[in-house]
Amino acid sequence: MNPTNLKYTKTHEWVKVDGNIVTLGITNHAQESLGDVVFVELPEEGTTVTAGEPYGTVESVKAVSDIISAVNGKVVEFNEAILDAPDVLNSDPYGEGWLIKVEADDLSELDNLLSAAEYEGLLEEEH
Amino acid sequence: MAQLKRTPLYEEHHAAKAKLIDFGGWEMPVQYAGVIEEHNTVRTKAGLFDVSHMGEVDVKGQEALPFVQHLITNDVTKIQDGQILYSPMCYPDGGIVDDLLVYRYGTDHFYIVVNASNTDKDYAWMAEQAHGYDVQLDNISEQVAQLALQGPFAEKILQKLTSTDLSGIKYYWFKHGEVNGIPSLISRTGYTGEDGFEIYLPPDKAPELWRKILETGAPEGIEPIGLGARDTLRFEAKLPLYGNELGPDISPLEAGIGFFVKLTKDEFIGKDALKAQKEKGVSRKLVGLEMIERGIARSHYPIQKDGEEVGIITSGSFSPTLNKNIALGLIRADLAEIGSTLDVIIRGKAVKAQIIPTPFYKRERTN
Repeated sequence: MNPTNLKYTKTHEWVKVDGNIVTLGITNHAQESLGDVVFVELPEEGTTVTAGEPYGTVESVKAVSDIISAVNGKVVEFNEAILDAPDVLNSDPYGEGWLIKVEADDLSELDNLLSAAEYEGLLEEEH
Repeated sequence: MAQLKRTPLYEEHHAAKAKLIDFGGWEMPVQYAGVIEEHNTVRTKAGLFDVSHMGEVDVKGQEALPFVQHLITNDVTKIQDGQILYSPMCYPDGGIVDDLLVYRYGTDHFYIVVNASNTDKDYAWMAEQAHGYDVQLDNISEQVAQLALQGPFAEKILQKLTSTDLSGIKYYWFKHGEVNGIPSLISRTGYTGEDGFEIYLPPDKAPELWRKILETGAPEGIEPIGLGARDTLRFEAKLPLYGNELGPDISPLEAGIGFFVKLTKDEFIGKDALKAQKEKGVSRKLVGLEMIERGIARSHYPIQKDGEEVGIITSGSFSPTLNKNIALGLIRADLAEIGSTLDVIIRGKAVKAQIIPTPFYKRERTN
């Protein structure tokens, strides 16, 4: 199930807010659709990310997929461990599989994101 | 959107919760448990594939042998009745119409198996070339289902279901026999780099045999395998794929399957062009690449040397067996030296790769 303390995008990413630091990742549905993840490319600290724009790439054996940022801001940390163990994205997408932490320019941007219940509604619609 | 075609095993795939995709107009399973797990199952145990989408053309008649000799680049007089030949089929300019398997029943009867998405094109091409020959062509694709049982335990599993002595069928030979009581063509061939069999049978019998093989092979750890793993398996073994390594603008000499072009034959479609190309030397070659910087090369990514475009990736993937990112690329022949480095352009960025020997994977032969 999708954790209720997170917010979600329509493009299957999750967002966790902790003060003005926002952690980003991809949802369980996203990793399931991709299949075995074998490669992750992430921006380094200091990189500017833009809401609605790709900031990295996740690749499974068969597919290449952009990861879209939910916020404007600056990367303060990226998950270096996952670069060498991309399969963690399949096994723990909401925990060890986090991707980047961003210092957000404006947290009010996040108000438009989906709650866990709304996101699950979206998944049912897509199904 | 046009209605996707389904194989007789569609219900089996659906019930097994396979992920289904549009593959050349066919609704086919791309994966069941996951591509990497399925890949490893075939390398170490056994896997069962639904390849009923493949095309089959029956060639019969007094002049079947000279017709097939004219049609393909390989030499069908070099095999015996009961044997199978792999061959490209070329256009007059040396480009590839398709690659195929020719089953030899006799000089008056051959059975040709072609790629699913090329079936109509191939059949039309063959029919056009058949003018003036005393032959009859039949596209019997819809009357034939095909299962591929591949992996080191394939023979052990299949032997439990047939009285035909499988150890007596050598690699690239075939026999007719009953499998679980179903009259079948049993062929020791495959597209995975492993030992195994391809079984051709009537479509209405395919679901029961599919279930029976999975049940019989359960102690050996057999699993159903999707097209995702089929692609990574064939890619590691450097078995070319039409649309990637092979196509109308690529000659077999460039694609590294020149061994299957017999210029010693009197005549065949494309001979003059291929002979000239061989004498002059090819301008492009297919090479194996290993990524030495982080990244996965994918089909159609450009290849550069010192900032200049020198080729294109034909297939690329993470290799489950080698645990590396590898690729096949068609590059300028003068640069095709093992050990030298090239750049693959991945999302606008140059990522280093090194030319390595192929095939990437070769099984230890026991038969």
